[in-house]
This record gives sequence, C-alpha cells and structure tokens, in this order.
Amino acid sequence: MRRWAASVLLPVSLSACGGWQSTLDPASPGASNIANLWWIMFWTTGVLSTLVIGGLFYAVYRARRHARDEEGDRVGGTERGFILVAGAAMPTLVLISFIVLSVRTGASISEPPGEPELTIEVIGHMFWWEVRYPDHDITTANEIHIPVGAPVDVRVTSADVIHSFWVPQLAPGKVDMIPGRTNRTWMMAEEPGRFRGQCTEFCGVQHALMSLLVVAMPEEDFLAWISDRLPGTELDDPLELRGREVFFEAGCQSCHTIQGVSEPEFLGAPGPDLTHLAARSTLGGLTIENTRENLTAWILDPHHFKPGVRMPPSPLSGEDVGALVAYLETLQ
Amino acid sequence: MTTRTADPTLHRRLSAVWAPPKGIWRFLTAVNHRVVGLRFMVTALVFLLLAGAEAVAIRLQLAQPMLGILSPEAYNQAFTMHGSTMMFLFAVPFLEGLAIYLVPLMVGAREMAFPRLNAFGYWVYLIAGVSLYGAYLFGYAPDSGWYNYVPLTGIGFRPGVNIDFWVTMITFLEVSALVAAVEIIVTVLKHRAPGMSLDRMPVFVWAILITSFMIVFAMPALMLTSLMLALDRMAGFHFFNAAAGGDPLLWQHLFWFFGHPDVYIMLLPAVGVVSTVIPVFCRRPLAGYTLVVVSALAIGILSFGVWVHHMYTVGFAFVGLSFFAAASMLITIPSAIQIFAWIATIWNGRLHEIATPMLFSLGFIVLFVLGGITGIMIAAVPFNWQIHDTYFIVAHFHYVLVGGSVFPIFAAIYFWFPKVVGRRLDERLGSWHFWLFFIGFNVAFFPMHIIGFEGMPRRVYTYLPGLGWDGLNFLSTVGALVMAGGMVVFVWNLVASWRGGAPAGPDPWGGNTLEWSTSSPPENYNFLLVPIVRGRNPLWDDPSPWEPSLETRPRWLAELSEAPDLRRDQVVTSAVTAEPEGRAIMPRPSLWPLWLALALTVSFLGAIATLYLVPVGLALAFVALVGWHWPREEKLVGYNEEEVNDEP
Repeated sequence: MRRWAASVLLPVSLSACGGWQSTLDPASPGASNIANLWWIMFWTTGVLSTLVIGGLFYAVYRARRHARDEEGDRVGGTERGFILVAGAAMPTLVLISFIVLSVRTGASISEPPGEPELTIEVIGHMFWWEVRYPDHDITTANEIHIPVGAPVDVRVTSADVIHSFWVPQLAPGKVDMIPGRTNRTWMMAEEPGRFRGQCTEFCGVQHALMSLLVVAMPEEDFLAWISDRLPGTELDDPLELRGREVFFEAGCQSCHTIQGVSEPEFLGAPGPDLTHLAARSTLGGLTIENTRENLTAWILDPHHFKPGVRMPPSPLSGEDVGALVAYLETLQ
Repeated sequence: MTTRTADPTLHRRLSAVWAPPKGIWRFLTAVNHRVVGLRFMVTALVFLLLAGAEAVAIRLQLAQPMLGILSPEAYNQAFTMHGSTMMFLFAVPFLEGLAIYLVPLMVGAREMAFPRLNAFGYWVYLIAGVSLYGAYLFGYAPDSGWYNYVPLTGIGFRPGVNIDFWVTMITFLEVSALVAAVEIIVTVLKHRAPGMSLDRMPVFVWAILITSFMIVFAMPALMLTSLMLALDRMAGFHFFNAAAGGDPLLWQHLFWFFGHPDVYIMLLPAVGVVSTVIPVFCRRPLAGYTLVVVSALAIGILSFGVWVHHMYTVGFAFVGLSFFAAASMLITIPSAIQIFAWIATIWNGRLHEIATPMLFSLGFIVLFVLGGITGIMIAAVPFNWQIHDTYFIVAHFHYVLVGGSVFPIFAAIYFWFPKVVGRRLDERLGSWHFWLFFIGFNVAFFPMHIIGFEGMPRRVYTYLPGLGWDGLNFLSTVGALVMAGGMVVFVWNLVASWRGGAPAGPDPWGGNTLEWSTSSPPENYNFLLVPIVRGRNPLWDDPSPWEPSLETRPRWLAELSEAPDLRRDQVVTSAVTAEPEGRAIMPRPSLWPLWLALALTVSFLGAIATLYLVPVGLALAFVALVGWHWPREEKLVGYNEEEVNDEP
C-alpha cells in the first residue's frame, strides 16, 4: 500500500519540483543527463521493488494459510533455484544495464559539449565564495555571471577547509573544493535565469547559509556586465569621501579588498572583495537582499543574519555607518 | 531436554563453581559473558535514547525555515553526537553485547574464550561513552560530524577540546570493539559444542563471526587515522596539512576504509538476527542456509572494496570511479540472495502468529529493499555527483541503517528478552511500538528523498524559506515525533515487562538453537550437560543434544560436564569440524580489567590535557597487565554439598 502510494506519488510530487536549486529541473545538458539517468533507475527499481515487497506480503499470506491448514514446509531443491534466479540472476542483469548507463552518462558529462571560452575560478572560504574572472581581471563574491548557451570552465579550490561547489541546475553535479588542489568542472545554462547553488560539504558553524547565485544572461548582456565592472570610481560627494575614511578607521581594510583603494597585506582569512559590492544582489551569500537598510544592519551586526560569520560587529555611530554605506554603494 | 531438577547434584556443583562474587565486588569484577553482554546492551540502549533525543532536537530545529531552537553551534554538536552515538555507541556495541550474550549459548559453551578481556572491553566502552557525553554536558562535544573531516578538524580551524574528545575517545572506543571481535572469533572457532561443525553453525553465529573478522580489519584504519589526527593536533605533526605537504584526502581514504565496512558491521549481525527469527516463526529451517552464509561472507569481503563511493566528488578521474561503482553495485547481489532466502522461507512456512519479533523482521525487509534500491542508485557515479551530501543521502542511509540495523535489533530484543529476563515483553505494547515506529519512520524519512532532489544539503542547521523545502521538512518532523512516541512505548514495555511480564519458560517461541534449552535466564553455568550437536537445528533434530545421557556418555565427555576439579572448565573443539580437543580452564572474576581500563583512560583522556599523562597511563597499564597475568595458584571453590543452597 505504502509502496504503491510512493511509486505513484513520488513522480507526481517530483515533477512539480520547481525550486531554483532542484536537481530535477535541469537547465543544462549535464544536469539533464543525470536527471534522465535517475528517471530510468527510478522506474526500473520501482517496478522491481514493488514486485519484491508484493512477493513478501504474498508469502506471508501463504504462510498464514499454511498454518491454518497445517500445510507448507515442502522444502525442496526448488528453493535454492528460486533464490539463485531471483537473488542473483535478476539483479545481475539489472546491475549490468545500470553500470553501462552510468558509465555512458558519466563519460558524456565529464567534459563540456564544446571548448569553453570563459574560465571562472571559484575559491571556497568559510562561509562565502570568492569568484574570479582571470581573463577579465574581475574579482567578486557569491555571485557568478555567465553567458547563456556556452559552456563555462569552472576551476575550484579552497582557501581554508573543504567546501563543495554545487549548482544543481547548471553543473553536472558537485565537485569538492579542497585546499591544495584545483578541481575542474563546467557549467552551462540553456536559458537565461537565476540559479541557486549551495556549499554541500560541512565547513563549520555557518555551513548552512553558504549559498551562491548564478545569473545566466544573453551574450551581449554578459559582455556589458563585464565592461561595467571597472574599479576606481572618482568620488566627489563629501559623504562618500567620509565613508571611505570610515572604511579605514573601522578597520574594514584589514580584511576587505577594494581594488585601487584597499589591498590587505596578510594572507590570513580575507573577507569578500568589495570592489563590485554594489553590483551584487545579495549580502552574506544570498542570506539577505543587498539594500541600503540591510547593508547598514549587516555592517553593524552580521551575526544577527549569519551567526558565526567571521566578520565582527562594527559599533559605528549612525552618521559613520551612513557615510560608509553611501561609499560602499558607489562600488559598482 | 535437560533441566536442573534432572540432576540436582550436578546443578549444585556447577552453580558453586560458576557462582559470581557477592556484593560490590560482583559489580566491579564480573566477567561472566551474560553479565557483560547484558551490560553492553543496556548501556547501548541508554545511548540510543540519547541519540534519539538529539534527533528530535534536530528535527524540531528543521521543522521550519530559520528557526532558533538550536544555535548553529548547538546544532552542529547535536548532529555530530547523533551520528557518533548511533554508529559508535549504539549499533556496534549493542550487537557486540548481543553476541557476547548469545554466542556461547548458541554454540553450547559455558563462557567466552577470554572472559576478563570481555569485561575490559565493556569498561573501555563505558568510559569512552560517558566521557563523550560528559564533554557534551559542558558544551565541549565534537561538532564536525561523525566522520570528522580534516582540515576542518585540524588545530588551526577547531582549536578547542571538542575535536580532541572525538579523536581520543573514538580511538579508545575502538579498542573495545577490537577486543570483543577477537574473543568472539576465538569463542566461535574453539568453543563450539562437539559436533557443531561449521556447516551446522547457527546463521547468527556465522554473521557474528564474519562481522568480527571485519572489525579486526576495519577498525585499525580508524584508529590509525584518528591517532594521526591526534598527533597533528597535539604534537604538531602535519599528516593532513596541505600547506605543509600533507593531504586532507588521506583522512577520507582511511576513514572510509573503516567507514564503509562499518556499515556492514552493523548490518550483518542484524541480518543474522532476521535469519534466526524468521525460521522459528515459520516453523521450518532457513531456506538456502549455505547461500545465506556465503552471501554474508561475500558482503564482508566486498565491503572493503567500495570505500571510494563516499568520495566520488573529490575530483578523481571518472574511469577509476567506475570500478568502485561496479563493486558497490555488486554488493546488491548477496543482499538480494538473502532477501529471497527469507521470502522462500516464509513462502513454504507455517506462520502461526506474527509476534513482534516477526513484525520487526518483516518491517526490516521492506525498509531494507527500499534503502537497497536507493543504494544502487547512488552507486551510479553521475547520479551521485548530483545527489551526494543532500537529504536524499540522509534518507538512503537511514533506510539502510535504521531499517537494516535498528529494526532487527528491536526484533532481537523482543525475541531474546524472555531468555535474558525470564519474562516476555508485552505483545500489545510491542505492536504499538512497531506501528508507531514504522509509520513514523516512513513519514520522517521518505520525504527526505524529495527534499534532497529539491537541493537541500545535509548538515545544515537551518535553511531559507522559498526553496520548496518547508512543507516536507515539517512533515518529516511530525514523523520523528511519532517515532519518539514509539520509543516511549518501547521503554515503558521494557520497564513494565522486566518487573511484571508473563513468565516465559525456557522456550517461548519453539526455537531451534541451543540457547532455548537453558532455563530463562540461564544458570551461571549455561548448560548442565555439554550438548552434542548432530544437525543445524539441534532442538528440532532427533536425537536431542542431550543424548546419550550423562551416565551412558563416554567418561571423558561426562567429565567435561561435571567440573571434576571444581574449576571453571569448558570443552575446546577443533575449528572446522568441532571435534573435542581438550579442556580450557576459564578465569574467575577479577578487578584487573577495570584497573587496566582506568589506566588507559589516564592516557587517552589525559592526552587532551597534556601529553605527559600518556606515559603515566601506560605505566599504570603495565602494572595492571602484570597483575592480570601474574601466575597464581587457582583457588578452588570451597564446595560442600551440605552448604550449597538448593535454590539458585
């Protein structure tokens, strides 16, 4: 009964999955191939396990009847034959086909469908993502912009502990980010959209809110996005100039890079590069929207939103934090 | 069948020889396998309840997005302790305790091969478990998962003592598992009743024997790697530090080389329980005995070749992974053989009642099939790349481990409780326990498959709303609470039946194995006469294991039953055919096992404070070992026919 309900309801409820971090709503060839593999395995094993559990229940029914009629116990050579056919021969056939399918799927998605033109480096930090476009000299955090319709080469590593890079709708599964190693994967979006990713290797106290946004945009929009990412806006507003002073007075510059303004010297635990902060749509790795109010509250106490994050609270006066936010909002 | 009234003189004589000491010493010096086995099981059940409480806390925190019932720190300790407890402090120790209690009774022996080692293993287990929970009480519990991956658990990222407790106490705990495995192997191979050749051994004993060999090969990998981490953390080594030329992946290889066999270490004895329970209720021998035993052996061997399937995403070449995928899928075959052997057994059997042990066995088969098929799926590398470390995996391994290990453990408790306590567990409460637990389990864990597909990762203390995870997480929490209700019924049943359950008699189920021929609970000496085994189902076979009777037995065999020198002796038989080879004198109660365990505690627990306590503890352990092995004149029991009370 349960089994029946499960095998009927599961596909129904799964087909309804529309979450933007869903494995069954693929938007790339890699993720689609894996989803197809799943559906083949699901229907095959679904039918087989229904038969096995049905057989078990029928066996119980028979044995109850035998108990009433004092029958049963006809133990013979047939039992061994049955066990070998059902327990060894049948699974062998199924498994061989699964292995063939698995190897074919894996081989087809191990490499991208074409030569990637764009390379992105993603470096895991506790508990955020450093994102680099080495060909364009852009460094940002927690948000990746890619052009639609072209495979993107993704190289991942970690600056501290092991993280795992996973954007279920766009990449062929996840790949671990391991300190001292660089792993490669690829992404491709077939249509424009916003796709969510999340760290999938437990990386410490704030593993839960270490999320990632991938924005897939048409080629020309992407090129425009790239060319808009220029550091070093000239400041003329006194409030913004004051904000830049606060940035140094409050010690922000010891962890945060702003190209041309702040280059932290130590190689310890850096915070996200703020050069393009205002171009990001969220703060704290998708934890909150990047609005003036949220940015102000985040600076005053990031732990309110993301407990355990490495950034300390900054007890700034309302005036100072207002100036700082005004300055940060110029960082496109 | 023999009873003590059949030969009161022999009963009094053996009772005196095997009598435990009195008073407080009884508690501290006990070495008898039934006392130690029961202690293991009761302690493990306490840890099960603690792990269950942690699970409920976890589920409450995840019932809705962004709840604040547990802080991130508290949540991370809770999920780490839940996993560590279930793996290290519940499943394996409980099954070891069950084996320590049952194996001598099933093979017709009076005691385990090394009774003092047995007691030592228990003390180590108790101390390690209590230390971990003592640390938890003060907020210093390990907090980086039961698998404790480096470099997160290195001194640089987790400088506190939380991880130190994991590293030292888990290593210490595995000492306990290892000694239990060694003595189970020797007991099974050298103390089986005459005639119980390997092909007549009960399936449960086979399962335990294979499991014990697996422990001997798997646990050292864990002890080695946690020792390496201890050196990294406490003595400045760099085994796992990538910056200094170490490799964090080394930890994963060594851990899973232990970790995957460990899954089957929990599964195989449980499967042995089911292979014992089903034939008894179906009133017929197990179908395909040889196939079942060979399958268990195959699982034991194959399980050492699949550890990389926990590491598909670390960046290995796809070709290499495919071999591990094939090996992982291969394990399905021996598992399927066992499932169809049970179905065949039921098919041609006569099932007069579906009592609680049978209910849990049937529930086990259903859940094991469901967990098995998701296991095949995640062995497929590409699917695993997508679904690894999501809630789909949480669903899968709870189906395999709760379905595959906890359900059979409940079956075992309902099945052998009458033997251990002499009273039966209440059947009505048993059904309530089963149905609440079974339905609650499926409500809690089936939705997790879907939550995983929707992209929810494991080990997160919370999640943001709007990802489509809210409703199913709430449902899952409801299921967890229903399971908790089942556990309350179970504990109530245990307590009430222990005190006032219906008397069981020696054999309430009509069992086929030797333990059902003893009184319930068994006498201190287990068997009045050494049984002589002539088939796979000694109590169903004809003639019975008690023929020929004492008077007509050959002199040497009769003597084995009579304790002629008033020593604790038992028969030694050959490993394969169980031909009698001689007699072994078993030790008496002793305080040295406790001393040795405490001495090693000074080393292991002391290492957290300062490494200088390690040699101190080792020196104390040396003293204990000298005392343990000091040759001494065996003091004979002051035995007087008149003085010995007739009543046991």
